[in-house]
Amino acid sequence: MKEYISTENYDVIVVGAGHAGSEAALAAARMGQKTLLLTINLDMVAFMPCNPSIGGPAKGIVVREIDALGGQMAKNIDATYIQMRMLNTGKGPAVRALRAQADKNEYHQVMKNTLEKEPNLTLRQAMVERLLVKDGSCYGVVTNTGAQYQGKAVVLTAGTSSRGKIIIGELMYSSGPNNSIPSIKLSENLEQLGFQLQRFKTGTPPRVDKNTVDFTQMEEQPGDQTPRTFSFETPITDYLKDQVSCWMTYTNEQTHQIIRDNLDRAPMFSGVIEGVGPRYCPSIEDKVVRFADKPRHQIFMEPEGRHTQEYYVGDFSTSMPEDVQQEMLHSVAGLEHAQMMRPGYAIEYDVVEPWQLKPTLETKVVANLYTAGQMNGTSGYEEAAGQGLIAGINAALRVQGKDPFILGRDEAYIGVMIDDLVTKGTNEPYRLLTSRAEYRLILRHDNADARLTQKGFELGLISSNRQEVFVKKQAQVAAEIKRLQQTRIKPSAAINDFLAGLGMKPLKDGMLAADFLKRPEVNYATLLQFIAPAPEKLPIAVTEQVEIALKYAGYIKKEAAQIAHLQKLEAKKIPENLDYDDVKGLATEALQKLKKINPTTMAQASRISGVNPADLSILMVYIQRGRIAKVKKEA
Amino acid sequence: MTEITEFDTIAAISTPSGEGAIAIVRLSGEQAVAVANKVTRGCNLTKVASHTINYSHVIDPQTQEVIDEVMVSVMRAPKTFTREDVVEINTHGGLMATNRVLQILLSNGARLAEPGEFTKRAFLNGRIDLTQAESVMDLIRSKTDRAMQQALNQLDGSLAHLIKNLRQEILEVLAQVEVNIDYPEYDNDELTLQMLLEKAQQVQSQIQQLLKTASEGQIINEGLKTAIVGKPNVGKSSLLNVLAHQDRAIVTDVAGTTRDVIEQLANVNGIPLQLVDTAGIHETADKVEKIGVDRSMQAIDTADLILLVLDGSRFLSAEDQQLLQLTKNKKRIIVVNKADLPQILDLKTIDCDPQEIVQISAVAQQGIDQIEQNIQRLFFTGITTQQNTAVVTNARQVGLLKQAQQALSDVVAGIKQQMPIDLVQIDMTNCWDKLGEITGESAPDELITQLFSQFCVGK
Repeated sequence: MKEYISTENYDVIVVGAGHAGSEAALAAARMGQKTLLLTINLDMVAFMPCNPSIGGPAKGIVVREIDALGGQMAKNIDATYIQMRMLNTGKGPAVRALRAQADKNEYHQVMKNTLEKEPNLTLRQAMVERLLVKDGSCYGVVTNTGAQYQGKAVVLTAGTSSRGKIIIGELMYSSGPNNSIPSIKLSENLEQLGFQLQRFKTGTPPRVDKNTVDFTQMEEQPGDQTPRTFSFETPITDYLKDQVSCWMTYTNEQTHQIIRDNLDRAPMFSGVIEGVGPRYCPSIEDKVVRFADKPRHQIFMEPEGRHTQEYYVGDFSTSMPEDVQQEMLHSVAGLEHAQMMRPGYAIEYDVVEPWQLKPTLETKVVANLYTAGQMNGTSGYEEAAGQGLIAGINAALRVQGKDPFILGRDEAYIGVMIDDLVTKGTNEPYRLLTSRAEYRLILRHDNADARLTQKGFELGLISSNRQEVFVKKQAQVAAEIKRLQQTRIKPSAAINDFLAGLGMKPLKDGMLAADFLKRPEVNYATLLQFIAPAPEKLPIAVTEQVEIALKYAGYIKKEAAQIAHLQKLEAKKIPENLDYDDVKGLATEALQKLKKINPTTMAQASRISGVNPADLSILMVYIQRGRIAKVKKEA
Repeated sequence: MTEITEFDTIAAISTPSGEGAIAIVRLSGEQAVAVANKVTRGCNLTKVASHTINYSHVIDPQTQEVIDEVMVSVMRAPKTFTREDVVEINTHGGLMATNRVLQILLSNGARLAEPGEFTKRAFLNGRIDLTQAESVMDLIRSKTDRAMQQALNQLDGSLAHLIKNLRQEILEVLAQVEVNIDYPEYDNDELTLQMLLEKAQQVQSQIQQLLKTASEGQIINEGLKTAIVGKPNVGKSSLLNVLAHQDRAIVTDVAGTTRDVIEQLANVNGIPLQLVDTAGIHETADKVEKIGVDRSMQAIDTADLILLVLDGSRFLSAEDQQLLQLTKNKKRIIVVNKADLPQILDLKTIDCDPQEIVQISAVAQQGIDQIEQNIQRLFFTGITTQQNTAVVTNARQVGLLKQAQQALSDVVAGIKQQMPIDLVQIDMTNCWDKLGEITGESAPDELITQLFSQFCVGK
C-alpha cells in the first residue's frame, strides 16, 4: 500500500469508536482539541457485542462518575433505555445501583449522532495498522488505506479486535466481535515497539427469536415504576413509562447432561482456547463443570431492543458447537421450540499488559500514546468508558501542556480500577466489583456529582449552567444538615404517639433532629412531621444526601479517617527516574516489582504485592536521603 | 496490600527487658498524647506543658482497673527525638505490669513499633543527619528480618491454625454478603443480619477465650519476675539454687545492672522464672547491717511474684513482720523453710491467707512441688496447661486481638441499630484484617477469589 501524508493534522487521534473510544474522543474534543476518531466500521460505533444493558453494582456507579466528569454514557443510556431498575434497594446506600436495558441499535445510533454533531471531532471509517513513533514518542497513525495522520497524542481503544479469533465448537476463525474485521497488524506493530501482550478470552451467549419463546414458563422481571435517570442532567420527567420486561428461567439436569456429554467438543475443555477467561463471567459449560452439585442455573432473557425480535439469553454464554447449543437451549423451560438467531461464541484477543501503563493511561513504553478499555484487560462497557474518558482527558491535557488528571481510590471507582490495573496488572479480564473498593461508603452512586462535578468543571467538561445547579445543590445540602444539627425536637404528644406506635420509649428531653434521624425507623419524611420544613422546598436529590450524611455519619467518619491516612501516603511522591538498583537492602522480589511497576507514590508502592513494610521503609529512607543531599548541595 | 503504617502512632518498651527497676514505654506519633491520655487517670495530658513529667496512673479504660502508678513525660513535636509528639510512660511495676501498659496502649490506638522504627522516624523527619542514613537502612533490614523471624517463632502453631480457621469462617461470611451485593439478581442465599450477628458473637467468644490465655502465654514466653526476699540466713540462696538447678540445661546467669543483684532464669515445670535475689546471695559480714529490708523493698516493687522466705525453726522477727506487711498486696508465696529442723514457728501467727503458705526444706529439696502448684494457682487458670491449646504470647498479638474484638463489638452494635448489612460488613472486614495481621497473611484479592469459588455467578 502506497502511503500518503494527510494534510489534516490533529491534536488527539482516537483509534476505535467503542465505549472507550467514544468517551475519549468526546472528552478531547470538548476540551478544545482537534480530534480524529477512527473506527473499522462506522456501523459499530458504541456497539454492544454482548449483553444489552448498562449499569449494575459498581458499574452503575461508574456511569454516574462518567456523567459527573462530563462524559456521555449516562446521557446516552437515558436516551435509549427500554427498562430501568434500582438494584440492592434492601441494602445500604453504598451499594445501590441503577441498571438499564438498552435498545442496542438506538444506543449505537444516538452515540454516533452525538459524535457526528460534536464540533472539533472528525469521525471516520478506517483501520489503523501502525503507529508513527519517533524517539520513543507517538506522533500519529497509519491506516490500511495508506493515510498517515499526524497527532500530538494518540489513544488506542482496540477492544477485542486485536488479533481477534472467534471460536464455536470445532470452528475457529479470525474475527473481531460479532464477525467484524479483526485488527491484525496493529498488534504486530505494538510488539515491535516493545509492548508485552497477553491473550484473553471472553464469550457471549446465543440470541433467540422472541416469537418462538414460551414466556408463560418464565418469571417476569419488569422495570421500576419510580422515575430515575443515570445522568444528573437528564430531567426526571423524561422518565420512560412504557418499559419492556426481562424474563427469568433455569437450566435443568437435562441441560447439564447435554453439556457433560459433549465436553469433548467444548473448546474450553479440549484445549483449543488458550486465552484466560474471567472467573466472574463463566460460560455455561464452565459453570456446570465447576459447580457440578448445583441442580440448576439461572437464565435471564433480555430484549435486544424495541424494534427487533432478538432476545439475549443471559448467563448462557457458550462456545459449544452450534448443534449442541441448539440442543442445550431446547432443554430449557420456555425455550423448547426456540429458534436460535445467532450462536454463542468465545472470542480470544490481545491485551496490553496494563502494568505497562501510567495512572494517566499513557504507556510507559511509548510517550504520548494512551490505551483504554478492553485492550487494557478489562471487561464491560462501563469499565471501558471510564478508562476512555480518563485517557481522552489526559491526552488533551498533554496537548495543552497541563498536569495530568488522576483519580484516587478514595475519589472514584474509576480511580480504583485504574490503580488496580497499573499497580497489580491482571491475569483475567478485569471487572469492577464493589468489593474492590476500600471506601465504598464514600464512593456511592448518589454522590458521584459531589465527588467529581467540580473536577469536571475545572477540566472544561461541565457547562457553567450545570456547575451552577450543582453548587446550589451542595449549598442546600450543607444548609439543611446544619439546620438539623441545630434543631431540637421537643417532647410532644405527636412524637410520643409515633414512638409508641413503634413500641419505643417516649421522648423525655428534647433531642436534636440530626440524632433523631439516626434511628432506623426514621427517615427525612417522618422527621418533617415533627420539625418545621426547610426555608425553601428541597428536591429529593438534596434530602437524600442529607439523610445519608446524617444517618450513616459514624461509618462515613470511619472511612474518612482511613482516607486521610491514605492521602498522607499518596502525598509521598517517588521520583520518576529512581534507580531501584541503587537502593541497598530491598528484597529481591520487591526490587523486581518496583522496577516493573515504577510506582508514582509511596501509597501505590504499598499496594504492590511482594513489597513489604521493610521495603517501603528502606525506600522512604533512600528518597529522604536524596532530598537531604539535594538541599545540602543547594545550600 | 501492605498496611499503611507510616503515620501510625507507635509504641514500644524502650528499656531492656528484665533489667532495672523502672521500665519506659515510649509512644511517638500524632496521636501519642491522645492515646496516653485515654489510658491514664490523674492529670489531663492534653493540657500539660510540653517537656514536663507528670504523676499519673495507667488504667484499663474498659474496666477502669488501675494497672500501675506511673510518671508520664509529655514532649511535643518538633523538639523530640522523632520530631513527632512523644510520650514516655515510666512504669515501675515488673515485667507483667509494663507489658500490660504496652498492651493497653496497643488496644487503644497505638501500634507496636517495628525494631528501629523510632530511629527511622527520626531520620525521615530530618532529625538525623545524612551520614547516619546508611546505617538506618541496615538497621531496618536486619532488625525487621530478625523481628519477622521472631514473630513467626513466637506464633504458636495452634494459634496460627486457630486464627487461620477464624479468618476463613469470616471470609466465607464476607463472600456471601458480597455476592449478594455484586450479584443481587442471583438466587444465592441472602445472609441475614441475624446470621451475621451469630457469626460475630461466635468469633467474639473464641477471641475472648484466646485473650484469656494472653497473660499466661506471656509468662510462658517472657518469664515471671520473681523476687526472693527474707531476712539473712533463712535459706534464700538454697531456695534459689534448688529452683535454678532443677533443670540445669536451661539455666543461664544474667548479670544485672547492679553488681550485687543476680538474676537467674529457672524453669519451674515449664514456667520460666526470672529469679532476682537481692543481696541475699552476696551478703558479706560488713554489709549485713545495711542491707536487708531496704534492698528487698525495691525488689518487691518490681517483681511479679514474691517468694517470702521465713525460717520455720525460729520465731517471727520484726523484720519478718515488716516483710509480710510490705508484700501484702503482691502475688506472693510464703515459703517456710527448714522443715527438716524442729519447727518452732506457729503458722497460725503469720498474718496471711493460709493458702499462701508452703513448707519446704531447701536443703532436703522437699516441698518444692508445692511452690509450683502455688504459682499455677496464682497465675494460671488452667487453660494453658492443656496440651495443644492456642496461646497468645505477646503484646502485639494481644493488641491486635483486642482491636479485632472492638471491630466485632462494632458489628454487633451496628446490627442492633439495624444498619444495612453492607455497612456492618465494614467492621467485619476490619476484624478479618486485624486477625490477618497477627498471622501476617494477606493474599491479594482473597475475598474476590473466595467469592468466585464459593458462588456460581456471572453471565
